[in-house]
Amino acid sequence: MSAPSGTVRPVSVASFAQSPNIRRDDQRNEVEGLLPVIAEVFGNIGITKDDVDFICSGSTDYLIGGPFSFVMALDAVGVWPPRAESHVEMDGAFALYEAWTLLQEGEIDAALVYSFGRSSLGDLNEILTLQLDPYYMAPLWPDIVSLSALQARALIDAGKATEADFAEVASRSRRDALANPKAQVAKDVAVDVLLQDPYVVEPLRRHALPPITDGAAAIVLAAGDKATAWSERPVWISGIDHRIETHALGARDLTSSPSTALAAQHAGVADGKVDIAEIHAPFAHQEIILRQAMGLDASVTINPSGGALAANPMMSAGLIRIGEAASRIAAGQADRAVAHATSGPCLQQNLVCVLEGA
Amino acid sequence: MTDSEVLHAEHRLEYPYSRSTGPVIGAFLTALRDGRFVGATGATGQVIVPPTEYDPVTGDDVGELVEVGPGGTIETWAWVSTPLRKHPLQTPFAWALITLDGADTAMLHAVAASGPDDLATGARVVARFKPAAERVGAMSDIESFVLEGGAS
Amino acid sequence: MTDATTAGADVGPVTTLATPISLDFDFTPGVAQSRFLKALATGTFVGQRCPVCTKVYVPSRGTCPTDGVATTEEVVLSNSGTVTTFCVVNVPFAGQSIEIPYICAQILLDGANVSFMGLIQEIPTDQIRMGLRVEAVWVDDADLTPSLASIKYFRPNGETDAPYESYEEYL
Repeated sequence: MSAPSGTVRPVSVASFAQSPNIRRDDQRNEVEGLLPVIAEVFGNIGITKDDVDFICSGSTDYLIGGPFSFVMALDAVGVWPPRAESHVEMDGAFALYEAWTLLQEGEIDAALVYSFGRSSLGDLNEILTLQLDPYYMAPLWPDIVSLSALQARALIDAGKATEADFAEVASRSRRDALANPKAQVAKDVAVDVLLQDPYVVEPLRRHALPPITDGAAAIVLAAGDKATAWSERPVWISGIDHRIETHALGARDLTSSPSTALAAQHAGVADGKVDIAEIHAPFAHQEIILRQAMGLDASVTINPSGGALAANPMMSAGLIRIGEAASRIAAGQADRAVAHATSGPCLQQNLVCVLEGA
Repeated sequence: MTDSEVLHAEHRLEYPYSRSTGPVIGAFLTALRDGRFVGATGATGQVIVPPTEYDPVTGDDVGELVEVGPGGTIETWAWVSTPLRKHPLQTPFAWALITLDGADTAMLHAVAASGPDDLATGARVVARFKPAAERVGAMSDIESFVLEGGAS
Repeated sequence: MTDATTAGADVGPVTTLATPISLDFDFTPGVAQSRFLKALATGTFVGQRCPVCTKVYVPSRGTCPTDGVATTEEVVLSNSGTVTTFCVVNVPFAGQSIEIPYICAQILLDGANVSFMGLIQEIPTDQIRMGLRVEAVWVDDADLTPSLASIKYFRPNGETDAPYESYEEYL
């Protein structure tokens, strides 16, 4: 079995599952929503919770408005006898990075990574303000759409993109989402029609925004014998890295993403031909910045799943990018793929993961 | 169980956070209370506004505080036609990243203007402070920025 | 500056910043907890049984936290239970609604496999003990709501104390 050379120890994305992505799931609490996702991610490869050595999750309690909801979520896994477990207040992709790091040490052979979030319970614009610098920015309550619009304007003013480019991204993403049964927003609408959408916060029109989504996702990572036993064609993580930029929005060049570029370099994106890329760009213009940062040219199929414009479950949309990319390799539709996840306002923090089929 | 059988409840989460400012942020907020702006000198001599305690690029401690503003230039802006309930202005306005005169980084605040056609990247703006008696040492001491020479 | 008239003129440099937050939610507790809460509005305790380990959880959040499977079988529980452990609260705190000292106890309802916290009254604080048999006292029918506020408190039900072995697993 050929293993990638870019990492210390080969780790495979052995299984992936996600809930339906919907605007409002008020029928189930977090645990009830996660339960079928965890069951599916284990069931895909015929394993149980006893086959994984570590659990890492990504979520934020502000979404539900209740402290320690991430602890309660473990009820969906079943943690008796006591399990080795960890949690990040970030997208599940960053929880996956922690699990991958632990797998590198060689003490464990398999990990469960999951993430969940119901954005529908509260006011997402207000909740996301709490991720900002608490002295200078959060007290003004700037919403994420407005901050993203500042970035979009900067991109236009720098001559790097136009509103029509944003609409192109949105049109293509939601058209591709028609083939994604888990997508929330899937439709075929032409660019010139989209350009008649009203502005939400100028220069962002409605189509350039992600939907508000309730959902959950899970991935099983495997190394050693488990990786080969659980997959006919293991999907290896050949490189993974994440980088952060200053939280001072006004000290960044919002039209580029140096953190993504650096992460892509360390993950080895340019070391081979990229067939597909699943990019976590919640706002349409961000895909343009991220493509450029990762050096992905026109030959790369971008977001065949529809990306975050088709479904944007908070805390899971990044992890889903890794799952979607891995699924396409496992299905033989691609040999080498790039998955990206972001966190924070205006692409503050970025993770890049390169996946390769055996 | 059908939808109507799942219970709903209004739930308000409140935290009365009070934060220590430290010497650098405290100096900036003290200056705001006085109706003026200060920035911090970074490792390469650049002036960081609003100031952080460290150079965001090198991580070094910042140097002396220097007076900046009150005028500045819009770096980028976004027009809000329907303000949200917690926004600083409740009539249509622009968010903007503004580089104050003498500063090398931009700060976020609201710009009051009659419409998006009045605004442009590169436009000159000036801070409009609240009356002195209402200022407490917070970003809200600035009511908004307004176009230089425009309607106040 | 005419600092003599400003709010900050006679105070020192700014050292703290008030940044209160207030967020509003339309909270939904899901299926299992809704059933538990609705049963409270009828003066009844309802739990759910795990199909794997057969333990009964009250309240259930819809899964067995040991096995990680859905708890689907609904179980109506007794109005009586056993005090597994307790404490006597002597310290006043903000928002306290009961006169101190008062008794807080973990109560294992008959038929359940997890205990939950309740207030014990109608017994002097120096007579509270592990193994005490208690029953729920509900608010008046007109005041019953799908909320824990429907339980006024628990009180001794007059039965002989439960033997230690009957609840030692739940401590």
